[in-house]
Amino acid sequence: MNLKSKDLLGLRDLSAEEISHILETAKTMKLVLASKNKKTPHLQGKSIITLFYENSTRTRLSFELASKYMSASAANISASSSSVSKGETLIDTGKTIDMMGADVIIIRHPMSGAPHLLSKNVSASVINAGDGMNEHPTQALLDMFTIQEKKGRLQGLKVALIGDIYHSRVARSNIWGLLKMGAEVCVAGPATLLPPDIERTGVKVYSTVQEALIEADVVMGLRIQLERQKKGLFPSIREYSKFFGVDDKRLLLAKDDALLLHPGPVNRGVELSSSVVDGESSLINEQVTNGVAIRMALLYLLTRREQH
Amino acid sequence: MKTLIKNGHIVDPKTKRNGVYDILIEEGRIKEIGSGFDEAGCDIIDASGMHVLPGLVDAHCHLRDPGYEYKEDIESGTQSAAMGGFTSIACMPNTNPVIDNEAVIKYVMDKGRQEGYVNVFPIGAITKGQKGEELAEIGEMKFAGAVAISDDGKPVKNSSLMKKALQYASMFDIAVISHSEDTDLSEEGVMNEGYRSTIMGLKGIPSAAESVAVAREVLLAEYTRTPVHIAHVSTEQSVDLIRNAKKRGVNVTCETCPHYFSITEDACEGFNTYAKVNPPLRTQRDVEAVIEGLRDGTIDIIATDHAPHHPDEKNVEFSLAASGLVGFETALPLAVTYLVIPGILTMEKLIEKMCVNPSALLGLNKGSLEVGRAADITIVDLNEEYTVDIEKFKSKSKNSPFNGFKLKGAVKYTIVDGVAVVREKVLL
Repeated sequence: MNLKSKDLLGLRDLSAEEISHILETAKTMKLVLASKNKKTPHLQGKSIITLFYENSTRTRLSFELASKYMSASAANISASSSSVSKGETLIDTGKTIDMMGADVIIIRHPMSGAPHLLSKNVSASVINAGDGMNEHPTQALLDMFTIQEKKGRLQGLKVALIGDIYHSRVARSNIWGLLKMGAEVCVAGPATLLPPDIERTGVKVYSTVQEALIEADVVMGLRIQLERQKKGLFPSIREYSKFFGVDDKRLLLAKDDALLLHPGPVNRGVELSSSVVDGESSLINEQVTNGVAIRMALLYLLTRREQH
Repeated sequence: MKTLIKNGHIVDPKTKRNGVYDILIEEGRIKEIGSGFDEAGCDIIDASGMHVLPGLVDAHCHLRDPGYEYKEDIESGTQSAAMGGFTSIACMPNTNPVIDNEAVIKYVMDKGRQEGYVNVFPIGAITKGQKGEELAEIGEMKFAGAVAISDDGKPVKNSSLMKKALQYASMFDIAVISHSEDTDLSEEGVMNEGYRSTIMGLKGIPSAAESVAVAREVLLAEYTRTPVHIAHVSTEQSVDLIRNAKKRGVNVTCETCPHYFSITEDACEGFNTYAKVNPPLRTQRDVEAVIEGLRDGTIDIIATDHAPHHPDEKNVEFSLAASGLVGFETALPLAVTYLVIPGILTMEKLIEKMCVNPSALLGLNKGSLEVGRAADITIVDLNEEYTVDIEKFKSKSKNSPFNGFKLKGAVKYTIVDGVAVVREKVLL
C-alpha cells in the first residue's frame, strides 16, 4: 500500500492502516540494522536533506544514518550556520533545497506548522522531525513500534504519559497515534502543564501521577524543560520531581511487566529516577535503535511512493 | 450636478423612513426625498429592488498611512472602503509615525481630502507614540480634526494613566476607544486558547485576557463617570460585563467586527495565517454570545477593524505571521448574511450599528439621509448572492479568511458627497 500524502507532517493526518504499514515495514528494516553489513540499495540515487532550525543530536543522526544505511545521498543544514541566520524565509530556503534535487526534506523547527508551510511550497517529500509544540511523528512511531514489539499489540493497552504535556509534541503525536491504534491513553502532569481541553481528544486526564500509573502497561516520561520554571509554570525542579517524578516505588503501581519509555534526553532524577532509567522495565535504549528502523521505513515508503 | 436615485427601498432609522422613495441630490447634498421628481438634467440611478442606506460609517480601521504604505495607503484603503459601501471611515493611529500630534492629524486629513475616495477621519493616540507612558496632546488633536483617541493595537497598560486619559478626554468631549487586552495574560499566544490551540500545538490567548481588561475599563469609567468605548468585543464574558455595566448605568459603548459573529477558531485549521487576528477568533459559544449582544443592543456598533498586511507577512510560520484581517469589502455582506437574513437584526437595527451609532460616537454629522445633509449613500442588493474573491479586492492586501464564502448583500453603489465613487460594483 502507498502512503496517501507525499509528506509525513503528523500522526493526526495518518490513518491506522498507514501507521500499521509503517510499523510492519520497520520490522524488516530492523533486521538490516542487526546485520553485519548495514547497507541496502533502496535509496540509491535519492537525496535526503535534513533542515534543522533547532539543535538535535539523536534525531538528526538517526535520520542521517537511516539515509546512509540505505545508500542515499544525505546532507545537513543547521540554522545557525546558513543563510537562515541572514534572515532567509522558510519558503525561500525550502525552494532552494528543492531546486537542488532534494527528494526528501526532513525539518525540525521551533514553530508549529512550519513543516506544513514548507510542504505546500516544495515538491520534495517533507518529514516533520518536530515542529514547536505540535507533533513529532517519527518519535511516536518508534514509541509505538517499541511497545508493539514487546507486547505484540497496541489495542487495549493502557499508556500513561507523564510530565509537561502542554509543551510536548511527543505527547501529542503519541496521543494521536495510540488512540488511532486502539490504546487507552491517559496523561498526568502539573495543572499548569496540561493543555486546555486535552480530554476532548479522548485521553483521560489525571491530576496525580499515581492515578495515571495504576495498572499501566506502558509508562512514558516526558522531558521537563528547566526554562519553564522561570515562567511560573512550576516553582522548582525539586517540587516537580517530588510530585510527578517516576521512581521505583511509583513504578510498582503499574503492571508488573510495564514498559518504561522516554524520548530522551532524560533529566535523570527529574522526570525519571536514575534507577528507573537503568532498570529492567526501561526500553529507552531500544527506542533509539527502533528510531533508526522507523526512519528507514519512512524514507523507503515516501520515496517509493513517488514512483507510482 | 443633479442625481436622482429612483425606486430604492430606503432604510433610515434616524428619520424613521422605511419604504420606497426617490432621493434627489443637488450640489452634493440631499435636496429632497419623495417621489415624482422632474428627471431632466439628472444622472439617474435606478435602485429598483435594492435597498438605499445612509453611507456606512466605520469607526475602526487601519489605513497604514503614513509609514506602512506597502500594506495599504489612504488612496487604496478608501477605494476598498468605497467598494464595501463605506462613505466615512475613522483610521487608527498605529502608523509610523504614530498619529499623536496635530501635524500627523493634519497630514491624514489633507491626504484624505486629496486622495481619499471616501471621507477619512483620523483617530489620535491616547499616549505619545502609543508607548503607554504620557498622554498625547489630545486637545490639539481634537481641534485639528481627531474624532476619537485610541492606542489600538495595544492596551493602555497603566491603569492610573488610563483613568487620567478618560478624565482628560471627557473634558474635550472626545471618545476614548479602548483596545482591551491584558497582555500578560495573552503572553505569547497566537490564537484563542482552547481545544483547537491544544491540538495545533500553538500557544493560546485565553479569553480572560480580553474580559479582565474590559472589566477594568468598565469599572474605571464607572468610577470617573466618563464614557469609554470598547473596541472589537469578541468574548462571552466581555459581552456579559458590558451588559451588566450598562444596566448599572455606566457610560460604556462597544463594537464588534464581522469575523466575531461569523467564524470561529476552527478557521485557523491547517495553520491558516489568514485567520490570525487580535483579538483572536473564538469559540462557537463566544460567537453566539456576540450575536446575542448585537440582538439585545449590548453591542452598539459593527466596525471592520480592517487590518491589511502584505503577503510576505502572512506567508510565514503561524507564530511569525502578522495579526489582522482586511474587512471593508466583506463587512456589509457578512452582516446581511449572518445577522439580517437569519432574523437577528432588522435592516433598521443594522443601520443603527453601522451608520447611526458610529457617527454619534465620533461626533460626525453622518449616518442618516436627511434633507440638507451631505449625500453619503450606499445602495445594496440584499438578494444578490456572490462568492468572495480576494483577488478582486481593491485593497493592496488580500488577507481575508472569507475567500470563497458565498454571501448575500452586494454593494452596488457608493455615493460620497453626491458623487458615485462606486457604480454598479465598479470603482470609478
